[in-house]
Amino acid sequence: MSRIKKLFKEKEGSKLLSIYYTAGYPKLNDTLEIARQLAASGADFLEIGFPYSDPVADGPTIQHSSEQALKNGMTVKLLFEQLKDLRQYTDIPVLLMGYVNPLLQYGVEHFCQSCAEVGVDGIIVPDLPVYEYESLYKDIFARYGLSNIFLITPQTSEERVRQIDELTTGFIYMVSSASTTGNKLDVDTSLANYFNRVKSLALKNPLVMGFGIRGKEQFDQALEYADAAIIGSEFVKLLDKEDYLDRIPTFIADIKGLPISV
Amino acid sequence: MDYQVNEKGYYGDFGGAYIPEMMYPNIEELRKRYLEIMEEPSFKAEFDQLMKDYVGRPSPLYLAKRLSERYGAKIFLKREDLNHTGAHKINNTIGQILLAKRLGKNRIIAETGAGQHGVATATVCALMGLECVVYMGEIDMARQAPNVARMKMMGAEVRPAVSGSKTLKDATNEAMRDWISNPVDTHYIIGSVVGPHPYPDMVARFQSIISAETKKQLLEQTGSENPDIVIACVGGGSNAMGMFYHYLNEEGVRLIAAEAAGKGVDSGESAATSVLGKEGVLHGSRTILMQTDDGQVVEPYSISAGLDYPGIGPQHAFLHKIGRAEYVSITDEEAMQAGLLLTRLEGIIPAIESAHALAQLEKMTFRGNEQVVVCLSGRGDKDLDNYMKYFGF
Repeated sequence: MSRIKKLFKEKEGSKLLSIYYTAGYPKLNDTLEIARQLAASGADFLEIGFPYSDPVADGPTIQHSSEQALKNGMTVKLLFEQLKDLRQYTDIPVLLMGYVNPLLQYGVEHFCQSCAEVGVDGIIVPDLPVYEYESLYKDIFARYGLSNIFLITPQTSEERVRQIDELTTGFIYMVSSASTTGNKLDVDTSLANYFNRVKSLALKNPLVMGFGIRGKEQFDQALEYADAAIIGSEFVKLLDKEDYLDRIPTFIADIKGLPISV
Repeated sequence: MDYQVNEKGYYGDFGGAYIPEMMYPNIEELRKRYLEIMEEPSFKAEFDQLMKDYVGRPSPLYLAKRLSERYGAKIFLKREDLNHTGAHKINNTIGQILLAKRLGKNRIIAETGAGQHGVATATVCALMGLECVVYMGEIDMARQAPNVARMKMMGAEVRPAVSGSKTLKDATNEAMRDWISNPVDTHYIIGSVVGPHPYPDMVARFQSIISAETKKQLLEQTGSENPDIVIACVGGGSNAMGMFYHYLNEEGVRLIAAEAAGKGVDSGESAATSVLGKEGVLHGSRTILMQTDDGQVVEPYSISAGLDYPGIGPQHAFLHKIGRAEYVSITDEEAMQAGLLLTRLEGIIPAIESAHALAQLEKMTFRGNEQVVVCLSGRGDKDLDNYMKYFGF
């Protein structure tokens, strides 16, 4: 069983937290060290961003981290070198997140192969469309046992949500609202309706909510509707602090409402 | 040979809609409805009337006698520079605003580089009374202050794009982010034959009026619809696609697209995408773009703000790959000289973009009786500063 499946099966009902961060930010070679610290602090799974020059789905915080990471010299090739010993550090699911063009230049098959080699469990590529994935890449992902994660939004029709559910082998990324990353989640009636509507579809994949989750308050709100929630921009802001590695345990404990574990 | 988009949104390997899910409903709505709306008699009537009475079409096809003498060919200029707002951009913004109204949208967003498309969008928004937000790179806003003023005067809000390189590609990113955050009431008027399907096809159709008119006018003036050669400049490629459109299936007509080589193709300061680019995805479509080995988009350079885009539209990528059109590189110097030459021989100051197309004439040898149509996509008023500085007038 894949690490993602196992996580959602074994920890069903517990509040699962995923953290996103951009590889190569703020320092070029801290990627694995941050992963280790996050896992040790109680993060349940990770999304590591491979930076792109033109991240259209991202707000200012993640845009800035991508820009800086590229300036630091981050590349897809370097990321896989950094992750070479990933599985000696942690057992939690790790996904890579980024945009389609760097993936295409590295080569989709090559990318999947590299993921399998270092023990990455899945990929989230917001601008890789359903049609292209299904017709061109699905078989390659399957061959390497990788999950491809699709996004849904308040505007995604039920028919399309079901189509995405059929294609997905991991979880569905439920974008909390119509926005780029980094805005603050504010659950009003129409958003609650959307969350409830998706929940009521009884999809076969777990639901993971992302965009706008800043701290414990939004995390708890999100978990009323989803199986897990992702914090990205807010964590990237923490990385701006000098002693960011030391701050990670408190950050995670605060969100999960747990005692500090490191 | 079929040069047009297939039902999946592709031209051969190029095109498609590589967009985040957050944009999907808007793009899907457009994809489902654009052809049907464009076919409506009321749409056609309104479009035609505005083209005639507001834009001032048909734009003249002018036989440039002294230029013809100089090159030893019969050279016609398709005078898009005489359109209202000074360039071909208005053909597309009129079409899209009529479409947006029929889709029930009340807010318009656009990106702009030099400001020509921004002005053309602000213009039609004023005409239709719709809210208008134009994204423009912070650096471009400084370089093109008069166009910023024109947009503001027409009631548009001009928002600086401060991310990345602060130019056209970043303005496009910001417009896409705006659309993601405003998924219901907003229409995004993309200014070129770029972006996710159906934009490249839709914009090409609106711009195809250029070649439709040219055929008619050439028939009247010469007895034949088809010239031997058609030349147009390419940034994203909308005036070129409009100029090529009705000639694509006329296999005897040579199609030449002039890209901006900047300071030279190998100088590191260039926008010659077909030479320097590789296949990939930019702004929602699979095309040819300038990028690093790692897939990061490279910032292009040209003296002409309308041509410094790191990609070309997917249909151009296709025409390039199969060899239906020739893509040539014109340097800043060649374009500036061609611009000055037209001014001195014909009394027409061309936009520096259009001067790239004119510069191709200098590189060709004619037998003496060829008929050539050059798309004069815009007027040079906006470029006076650049011309003055360049030639030290």
